[in-house]
Amino acid sequence: MSEKLMVKGTEAIGESAIRAGCRHYFGYPITPQSELTEYMARRLPKIGGVFLQAESEVAVVNMLYGVSCVGKRVMTSTSSPGFSLMQEGISYMACAELPAVFVNVMRGGPGLGDIQPAQGDYFQATKGGGHGDYRMIVLAPSTLQEAVDLTYISFDIAEKYRNPVLILADGMIGQMMEPVEFPEFVDVEKLKEPDWILNGADGRDPRRITSFDIDPHNLEKIILHLMEKYRKAEENEKRWEDFMVDDAEYLFVAYGTMARILKTVVKLARKEGIKVGLIRPITLWPFPYERIEEMAERVGFILAVEMSTGQMVEDVRLAVKGKTEVLFYGRPGGVIPSPFEVLEVLKKYVKKVRV
Amino acid sequence: MKNAEKLKAVVFLKRPESLTDKEFTYCPGCHHGIVHRLVAEVIDELKIRERTILVAPVGCSVFAYEFFNVDGTVAPHGRAPAVATGMKRARPDLVVFTYQGDGDLAAIGTSEIIHAANRGERITVIFINNAVYGMTGGQMAPTTLIGMKTTTSPYGRDEKRDGYPIHIPEMLKEFKGVAFLARTTVSDPVEVIRTKNAIKKAFLAQINDLGLGLVEVLSACPTGWGMDPVEATRWVKEVFSKEYKTGVFVDKVK
Repeated sequence: MSEKLMVKGTEAIGESAIRAGCRHYFGYPITPQSELTEYMARRLPKIGGVFLQAESEVAVVNMLYGVSCVGKRVMTSTSSPGFSLMQEGISYMACAELPAVFVNVMRGGPGLGDIQPAQGDYFQATKGGGHGDYRMIVLAPSTLQEAVDLTYISFDIAEKYRNPVLILADGMIGQMMEPVEFPEFVDVEKLKEPDWILNGADGRDPRRITSFDIDPHNLEKIILHLMEKYRKAEENEKRWEDFMVDDAEYLFVAYGTMARILKTVVKLARKEGIKVGLIRPITLWPFPYERIEEMAERVGFILAVEMSTGQMVEDVRLAVKGKTEVLFYGRPGGVIPSPFEVLEVLKKYVKKVRV
Repeated sequence: MKNAEKLKAVVFLKRPESLTDKEFTYCPGCHHGIVHRLVAEVIDELKIRERTILVAPVGCSVFAYEFFNVDGTVAPHGRAPAVATGMKRARPDLVVFTYQGDGDLAAIGTSEIIHAANRGERITVIFINNAVYGMTGGQMAPTTLIGMKTTTSPYGRDEKRDGYPIHIPEMLKEFKGVAFLARTTVSDPVEVIRTKNAIKKAFLAQINDLGLGLVEVLSACPTGWGMDPVEATRWVKEVFSKEYKTGVFVDKVK
């Protein structure tokens, strides 16, 4: 394997995508992820790839649609307001079964919001930000090494399910620097061309890729087919990390940057005799409901912590099925809770339970 | 008898290979069918059928992919030039064309067509202007004439409220990325031949790596206009093409 390199989050994701065989990138500048677009603008022309700065995020997602139709690995990166603009295209791509990788480096919202790290796009990412019955497979890294590893496999996942995949990061993951180890380069020449792509009806019947069928019975079949794929993704793709849960009496659930901070809180709390653990969902969709339900039977309460006013906590409640109390703490708008702040919240709830 | 058979062979045209056997589902008197056929004839003549990709729009011609015997997809409303850009950038060896109506190209998709044209994307755009949104029931389009009644301009298009008819080629002709640009009609046989020649050049602009090629075809929508087919075709010639002057605006193909 290669040596460790000190890199910025956005660039780590870009380099990992290139190593995964992505040679097509379309982007539009938006803080806090413009460095990823800039990185691809520098890198791709040197290795025979295609980089294009589009006129809008609306155009970007449709360019991805086009590249995916002709069977090439393709990616874009954006931040919250830009990701909203891509929702139309993502809905079309999901129905047309077109694989592609999206990166949303979340910032404070709603509206123009601010440019600080936030987690307010959870609903949009996991509950279908666009119209219709579809899902996006959502991967949420909490370290740069994990961002590299998840980006690297995201193209395979997208192609396996013929569905858009989202790397949901936040401004913290995007902007910080950490040492990472990059995986080997995938040989682009050896990537197998899928058998459904549009490459000219030469010696075969024409192929059609659409998200459209005017007959409701046919469209229902298409949607049920999508749902079947999603059931398979739910069976095979759930990922999470258990952190000090074996003896836990209380449990945190958090993802991304917030989970990273909570690891510190877990250690601080344990020094004070509070046996708390953490479950960190890595796939936000499919969500690791079963694992959280198992834990719910063993702990006094679950405290979901987010950099939002409470979105993932709804999935935690669905997982827990009333088996324990689900509490929430969050700071929206780009404010990052400190470990001591969360520790105080934890201690307050522990005190209540113990009394 | 033998002579009669010979005559028949001369008179009846063969269906272009680039059209499927599916019958057109367009309304009687609609010009989509004529333009479809012309595009298919051009694809046949240029011998590019096996490497041509169609990007269909949202609108009446959303079904175009069923009629063209080539690989194809349907883009979100107005986004066909962006989809075509992605395809062409990833596979420059393919021939990519979009087929878009006036609502699609001249309203919701103006950003995409302007920037594709400005970048000189090597794509071909067939732009059908029939002054209304046909598929949704004849609403006002950006190309609707002043005073023209539609379901959303029931008292006539009022320029103070609705603005003026939009002229796409006149807008795009200044862009250096555009290699062929024309406006035609299919309202008489001479115009049909002119349209076919223009479509061919719009494909050659792409094939010869010169830039974007676009042909706007002024088309009849008898259903949307509340006219019979003959009247509608006459209206294209006598009224519609007075606002939208036909001609070649850019020709770098020669």
